[in-house]
Amino acid sequence: MIPPAAFLLLSAVLFSLGVLAFFVKKDLLTQFMAVEVMLNASNLAFLAMAKASGQAAGQVIVLFVITVAAAEAVIGLAIIVLIFRQRRTIRTDELKDLRG
Amino acid sequence: MSAMLSGLPLVSIVTFLPLAGAVLLVFFRRGSARAVRATALGVSLLTFVLSLLLFFAYDGASGLPELVERSSWLRGGIDYHVGVDGISLFLVLLAALMTPLALLSSWRAVDDRIKEFSFFMLLLETGMIGVFVSLNLFLFYVFWEAMLIPMYFLIGIWGGRRRIYATTKFVLFTMFGSLLMLVAIFVLQAAYSRAMGSPSLTIADLAAVPLSPALQSWLFLAFGLAFAIKIPLFPLHTWLPDAHVEAPTAGSVLLAAVLLKMGAYGFLRLGLPLFPAAAASFAPALSILAVVGIIYGGLMALVQKDMKSLVAYSSVSHMGLIMLAVFSLNFEATEGAIYQMLNHGLSTGALFLCVGILYERTHTRLIADYGGAAARMPVFAGLFLVAMLSSAGLPGLNGFVGEFLCFFGIFAANKTLAVLSVSTVVLSAAYLLWLYRRVMHGPLKDPADRRLRDLDGRELACLVPLVVLMLFMGLFPGTFLRKMDSSVARYVESLRSKAPVVTALELPGRPGAEATALAEPER
Amino acid sequence: MVRYFWLIPLLPGASALLLLLLGPRLSRRWISWQACLTVFLSFALSLAGFVHLVRAGHGSSGLAKTLLPWIASGSFSAAISFAFDELAAVMALVVTGVGLLIHVYSVGYMAADRAYSRYFAYLNLFTFFMLVLVLASDIVLMFVGWEGVGLCSYLLIGFWFERPAASKAGMKAFIVNRIGDAAFIVGVLFLLVNVGSSSFAAINAAPAAGVLGPGLVTLVAILLFVGATGKSAQIPLYVWLPDAMEGPTPVSALIHAATMVTAGVYMVCRLSGLFAASQAASSVVAWVGGLTAVFAATIALVQHDIKRVLAYSTISQIGYMFLGCGVGAYAAGMFHLVTHAFFKSLLFLAAGSVIHALGGEQDMRRMGGLKKALPTTFPVFLVGALAIAGVPFLSGFFSKDAILTSAFAGGHYVLYALGLSGAVLTALYMFRLIYMTFYGQTRATHPAGTAPHVHESPPVMTVPLVVLAVFSALAGFAGLPVLLGEKANWIGGFLEAVLEPAAHHLALSTEVGLILAATAAALAGIAMAFVFYRKRPDLPERTARSFPGIYRLLVGKYYVDEAYDAVVVRPLVRGAETVYARFDLGVIDGALDGSAAAAASAGKGLNVLQSGLVRDYALAFLLGAILFLGVLLL
Repeated sequence: MIPPAAFLLLSAVLFSLGVLAFFVKKDLLTQFMAVEVMLNASNLAFLAMAKASGQAAGQVIVLFVITVAAAEAVIGLAIIVLIFRQRRTIRTDELKDLRG
Repeated sequence: MSAMLSGLPLVSIVTFLPLAGAVLLVFFRRGSARAVRATALGVSLLTFVLSLLLFFAYDGASGLPELVERSSWLRGGIDYHVGVDGISLFLVLLAALMTPLALLSSWRAVDDRIKEFSFFMLLLETGMIGVFVSLNLFLFYVFWEAMLIPMYFLIGIWGGRRRIYATTKFVLFTMFGSLLMLVAIFVLQAAYSRAMGSPSLTIADLAAVPLSPALQSWLFLAFGLAFAIKIPLFPLHTWLPDAHVEAPTAGSVLLAAVLLKMGAYGFLRLGLPLFPAAAASFAPALSILAVVGIIYGGLMALVQKDMKSLVAYSSVSHMGLIMLAVFSLNFEATEGAIYQMLNHGLSTGALFLCVGILYERTHTRLIADYGGAAARMPVFAGLFLVAMLSSAGLPGLNGFVGEFLCFFGIFAANKTLAVLSVSTVVLSAAYLLWLYRRVMHGPLKDPADRRLRDLDGRELACLVPLVVLMLFMGLFPGTFLRKMDSSVARYVESLRSKAPVVTALELPGRPGAEATALAEPER
Repeated sequence: MVRYFWLIPLLPGASALLLLLLGPRLSRRWISWQACLTVFLSFALSLAGFVHLVRAGHGSSGLAKTLLPWIASGSFSAAISFAFDELAAVMALVVTGVGLLIHVYSVGYMAADRAYSRYFAYLNLFTFFMLVLVLASDIVLMFVGWEGVGLCSYLLIGFWFERPAASKAGMKAFIVNRIGDAAFIVGVLFLLVNVGSSSFAAINAAPAAGVLGPGLVTLVAILLFVGATGKSAQIPLYVWLPDAMEGPTPVSALIHAATMVTAGVYMVCRLSGLFAASQAASSVVAWVGGLTAVFAATIALVQHDIKRVLAYSTISQIGYMFLGCGVGAYAAGMFHLVTHAFFKSLLFLAAGSVIHALGGEQDMRRMGGLKKALPTTFPVFLVGALAIAGVPFLSGFFSKDAILTSAFAGGHYVLYALGLSGAVLTALYMFRLIYMTFYGQTRATHPAGTAPHVHESPPVMTVPLVVLAVFSALAGFAGLPVLLGEKANWIGGFLEAVLEPAAHHLALSTEVGLILAATAAALAGIAMAFVFYRKRPDLPERTARSFPGIYRLLVGKYYVDEAYDAVVVRPLVRGAETVYARFDLGVIDGALDGSAAAAASAGKGLNVLQSGLVRDYALAFLLGAILFLGVLLL
């Protein structure tokens, strides 16, 4: 029996890697994947806690997150494709239209 | 008649038919401008015909809202609750009449994005009618705000050169007022729940809530600010000339004819009945602002160089008189105020149509660019003249009846203010006739200018109904006043019973010498 | 037939409506017939009603008819209801009778005008409103007619709207009238609130019944009279009438001489119960009338435009009417109104004939010697001039004498003296006009230096002139001086049923003396005119040179227009312009735009936070999360 703390630790490591990747990488696609990593890291934490506490709520949330992540992936990728078509780039430091 | 109609939710049909028409327009192809125009006009005309049924179905004996429809909608007392009474009936008719005329007037003037234009016009109509028929405070607020959106786009997209400035100013002014009103609505709802145990937002219920004087004052100010901006009351009027000058003709027509009435209607429907004591204590201050507005608006109109802003300032002046009448808090003044709202709708609407007709021909609104137009446009000159005289309150036309009733009621309440307000008789004649002289009279500015042709059939169809109504309302005001009587009587009665202060409305320093005249006006 | 008296106003009204709607499509012939015939029918109905009243004698209550309930709200109600009593009968006869003649005359005068139908539509509309004013049995309805005639006056003065002067004069007339009307409205409001009814019967009875206190009676009467000074062109609101001469001449005759401008007098007579109850208000009326009578006459002395002389003369004569009303002689005021309607419309129409003959020339300095060329116009003009000058046995003599006698009898000696000196001036300016226009050598010049082809007007114009001349000469016999017997003053007796009676009686010798004085005044004026303008044509100029100040003051019409412009109009417009620029755009909008600008600059300041880089946002997000966690854990 692996203790829940191990899962949580793995989850924390994964999440940190996601954050790191998000800040280090400069193209939108990789950053997007980093976000996916973070999402799955938190899923892992939820599952671990659900198992430990014996409640189903954590698993429900995980299913919910997976669904949302799927939808997000679809829309996000579509947006990225569109941006690439229009700008011929997906480097985030070149995309600053939201500058005030 | 009413038996035949009893099964139909007539008020809802009249309210939402334009919305349905607007939704229908969405499915039209982009190129089919003619079909879009015809459909929009058809829908609004049908709405008008149905609204006429309201007139016949409304009995008016009891003075209570009739043709009431009610069903629960959301929690917290938010019901779908509509109906008409003697105060709102004619404003609904006014909105339903002016929309088709406004659409007709823009038949040629607007040819850019005609689908969206018609869509917003119909949306606006639903909003306007909705405000007048709502018997639930929340519903009222929803319509009140909903109406803002189409107007924002109408000015912002189809407006003149400074349209963005004007429409932003318009929205900011109006939103500022209505947000405070929203807060006040929540406070009122909470107060009602606390006092009665269960929540309600029905306007008639809310009038029964006991409120502490301080709270009442704050709430009245919150509501009053929203209404005063809409009217607009001096010194909150500066959005109006800008909005009018920049708006397309159709927008100006509806803005002047219907939207401004909502402020005064708000005071009649909400401001005074819900907070009678606060209203009575603020009445002198507001009355003075109204009088200042009458004179100030008239003087400003005198020196305008742009025809539309001249008419806009004349609205400030006229609405000041209506406000003053509303705050005179007696039967004659109230009835006069409602009648004058209709008159102002017709006459100012017609004046904006006239300006629009001129603008369509020469593409300028500057008075100095005109001269001698009457020689080329005799029919137009005649109709313009009638509209102008109606606005100036010439006896025999509608304006006189309303104005005189207002004067009478104001006089009974306060002689000084009445005498000051009578100055509008001189001022309105001065600015309107001067306008008319500079635009229509004198030698033709440019004899080679062939653009000034007389009215065509469509333009006649816009103006003639209004002119006929002006005559009719001038000669047979009873047709309209009788339907108002019991509602107004009920309204005045309830004010009197709740705030005994009301009867002694007098300016400070002049003790209630006229209170006796006020106490027994109904002989 | 008498039962249908309410058709009197409606017939011309219907005709006006028809002409306004269909006018341009109708033939001129049809238009002329329709316009004249409807007025004729109204005249016939008025005559029938008049005969009915005469037959019924005193004690008959007149005719009344309510057509519509009109406005009713709470304690306020006003009905569209007409009444036909002695006063209304006399006035309706004047309006329809003189109106008919002027309609006929216009057929000739306006024959060449392009806007023929519009002209007759307005003229009919005017007749309609004037008759509404006359027949109204209720002060609110009277106000409808009151404002309506003002509108028609505006429309007809500015009939040739292409001419800037005409359009400006029309506007001036309407606005000045509206100033009076504002006071009138306030007066009506006082009546409505205090008397509780708008009917004339109730208002006239109110002072006696104690419903209106004495102070209030005076206040109301003066307010209403201010309205009358606007409509009837008295000091201080007379300034519009001279300019109103820009309108077509028949219009000047009908509206600005015979009927509309006398509406104020009619109103005062209608409310004689109210006015008589206040000594103070009556004095105001009398003094304003007396001063105006002399004031306007002095201006008339030096005018060169033939129509303007007549316009100032009208102002002066209406002053006499008010003088009569003010001293309590309402019947005399009405009597002068009737005779004035005849001779002044005659004078205007004859002047129109002169102008017509000279191809539009109105300046008397370019007239002269027209006596021979205008064989019909000259004699009728002379009759009119003799009548207005007050030469014995013509109409003006009797009516003016009735007023002056009443003033004297009431002990108002200063007013009497004013009236008498005004009579001298009247004769003087009238005969100055006659001599300058009809006698001497022609001074008419044409562009080519040739004398214009002067021609007498067609019969359609001269026949009305002759009819009016007959009435101008003979109408006075309806109101002979009382010294000829109790029944001699027939019109006074007839109107007594409605008006407050004049109470004073004089000794026979005094009355004869007054008549002689009036005659002497008239003859003196004529003699002076003869010396100045016929015998010694150089004299006027020399006189003017010896009193340059006075002369310039008179030619400048006392500079009242200029004063009003400088004191009222210009400061108002300038002030409004300044307030608009400084306050409306400056302060209110400035505050608004200022706050918007403040918000915008605050936004600019915070702008640096908005780099547009996703990473920066994410970093802020992360730091926020860490901060949040930290707070949670600690």
